[in-house]
Amino acid sequence: MNAVEVLRFALRGLSANKMRSALTMLGILIGVAAVILLVAIGEGSSRQIQQNIQRLGANSLTITPSTSGGGGGPGGGFARAFGGGGRGQAGQQNSGPRTQAKDLTVEDARALADPASAPSVKSVSPVVTAQSQTATYEGASHAISQLVGTYPSYFETSNKPVAKGAYFYNDDVLAARKVVVIGQTVADDLFGTVDPLGKQITVSGVPFTVVGVLKEAGSSGFQDADDVAIAPLPAVQQSLTGFGPLGQILVQAKSAEAVDAAQTEVTEVLNQRHGITGSASADYRILNQATLQETVSAATGTFTVLLGAVAAISLLVGGIGITNIMLVTVTERTREIGIRKAIGAPKGAILGQFLAEATMLSLVGGLLGVLIAVVGAQFTIAGVQPVIVPTSIVLALGVSVAIGLFFGSYPANRAAGLRPIEALRFE
Amino acid sequence: MRAGPPPVPGRAVPGRPASGLPVLDPPVLDLDHVTKVYGEGETAVRALRGVSLRVERGDYVAIMGASGSGKSTLMNIIGCLDVPSGGTYHLDGTDVGGLDERRLAIVRNRKLGFVFQSFNLIPRMSALTNVELPLAYGGVKAAERRRRALAALDRVGLADRVHHQPNELSGGQQQRVAVARALVTAPTLLLADEPTGALDSKSSEDVMNIFDRLSASGRTLVVITHEEEVAAHAKRVVRLMDGRIVEDVRTTPVGGLPPRLAGVAS
Repeated sequence: MNAVEVLRFALRGLSANKMRSALTMLGILIGVAAVILLVAIGEGSSRQIQQNIQRLGANSLTITPSTSGGGGGPGGGFARAFGGGGRGQAGQQNSGPRTQAKDLTVEDARALADPASAPSVKSVSPVVTAQSQTATYEGASHAISQLVGTYPSYFETSNKPVAKGAYFYNDDVLAARKVVVIGQTVADDLFGTVDPLGKQITVSGVPFTVVGVLKEAGSSGFQDADDVAIAPLPAVQQSLTGFGPLGQILVQAKSAEAVDAAQTEVTEVLNQRHGITGSASADYRILNQATLQETVSAATGTFTVLLGAVAAISLLVGGIGITNIMLVTVTERTREIGIRKAIGAPKGAILGQFLAEATMLSLVGGLLGVLIAVVGAQFTIAGVQPVIVPTSIVLALGVSVAIGLFFGSYPANRAAGLRPIEALRFE
Repeated sequence: MRAGPPPVPGRAVPGRPASGLPVLDPPVLDLDHVTKVYGEGETAVRALRGVSLRVERGDYVAIMGASGSGKSTLMNIIGCLDVPSGGTYHLDGTDVGGLDERRLAIVRNRKLGFVFQSFNLIPRMSALTNVELPLAYGGVKAAERRRRALAALDRVGLADRVHHQPNELSGGQQQRVAVARALVTAPTLLLADEPTGALDSKSSEDVMNIFDRLSASGRTLVVITHEEEVAAHAKRVVRLMDGRIVEDVRTTPVGGLPPRLAGVAS
């Protein structure tokens, strides 16, 4: 009695009742496919979110005022990154109102740009944002969801390359020239097929000359990242937002390693300038991209585990289905077991046969499940491109085999433990 | 009648081995005061009340009895499917009482061949596979297994039916497959439990003829039956009543041809 024999007997046993075997396999198949696919979806959405965060710009720190406590600041650039959610915010959290909260100012930004006090900082971009500004061009009109007033360094820091035309320059900022770099959506809506470069658009009654079009970033979550326009800070302040507080300050560190140092330096400078000492809570918050990424990873990791756990339950249910069907099979074949024992089948052979049947059910079901999951992962599901995690395949297959062994062992033991005379007497 | 084997013509074997005749081999069956009690206390049923029986190699014994006489219990004990409550049982010199489950399986596989009343072939397996099964459990290689199974099927006259499944065979053919399966391991003892109980007279005759030929070729057979017609094929008839042997009649010597074949020959 070798392994091949046992497998042949098992195969014969299974093929004797094809419909039943197929349905039992289906239970495992669904379980395994669900585990792999849901984990893949979790992984896919996690990657998508990571990409969105990366789109904010590398090595950047986002400083927003936090006078209101909680919630995203007026900047919105960060909230955009993960679909307006408020979770996973890193940096100095605080709660409750403060008495002498100070706004972020251009002076703050200038102080941060001082290489003496903040040597790890490469560039600083003060940002004001005007929301939902109506732009018109020769009768076409479009509400730009984000009109950003900032410095030229913003383009690099926030990872917004120009596809056509050019950025604006420091000169433009100093002279408060009314020039603007528009996003792809804005360009499409206002100009259609016309080349927007050099054309003049009117934003809330103020004329701006288009000098560049941003490279398409694609939509992320609920907001269209291409529905933006970027102009020199003073120009926006003069014409649209007034010279009030900044929406945010974008700081770029010199390198990925310097991000944490830069955050420390920024904190020191701002604490000093805002008079925050000791236990007083800060009136701003710094969003560190790396920290943000870690936090979001942790969150999406939990999410993935949760999805996997739900799927694992269906795998468990499939396993119980195997026990059930194997018990039925053992009862149904009691007489056969008796015959086999009477002609000298050792206990191990009977045990092996039924265990092999159960394991084969779960293994074949599991393999088909993997196949379906791999095929299913080629499609975009609920707006997420699933990313198959190889370990989830190994795990799901391993678990399905283990389930076969575990859930098959009870019926198999029952079969092997049958006394031949009783089994033979069974009708 | 009194208990215990009465004198038997042809060969004297009262009680323990007589010192007169040289016995080269141990007897195939040696039951000594075997008892079997089912249940306990008030409801206990004493199915066997001390059965002593020896069967020599080459013998052809019919065990007869009405239902409730204990013959099925005796058959289960002889077939190592059940263990006696008392007494000892040696099969081919091995004390079966002292064997564990694993060794009992080996004994059943190597030393015993079963033929049941209801054929007990495994459904959805061809005749050939059914016959190969005991060899598979005995660890015989596939090619050898096939050769021996085909030979056994040929012996029972079913060489042209090897790939048929049990439900495609008549009752008589199924029983012949079962005989082939019992034979294929060349067992020390062929044990048949009412082999013709579910067969018409023609098929019964076929099966009994096979048994006669097997006996003539030197096999040891024990047939449990309640039919006089079947018992008439045996060299020795043991009658069981209320768990005791009440009669033990030898019609033909152990070494001779079974009565029916002898009748034909003469």
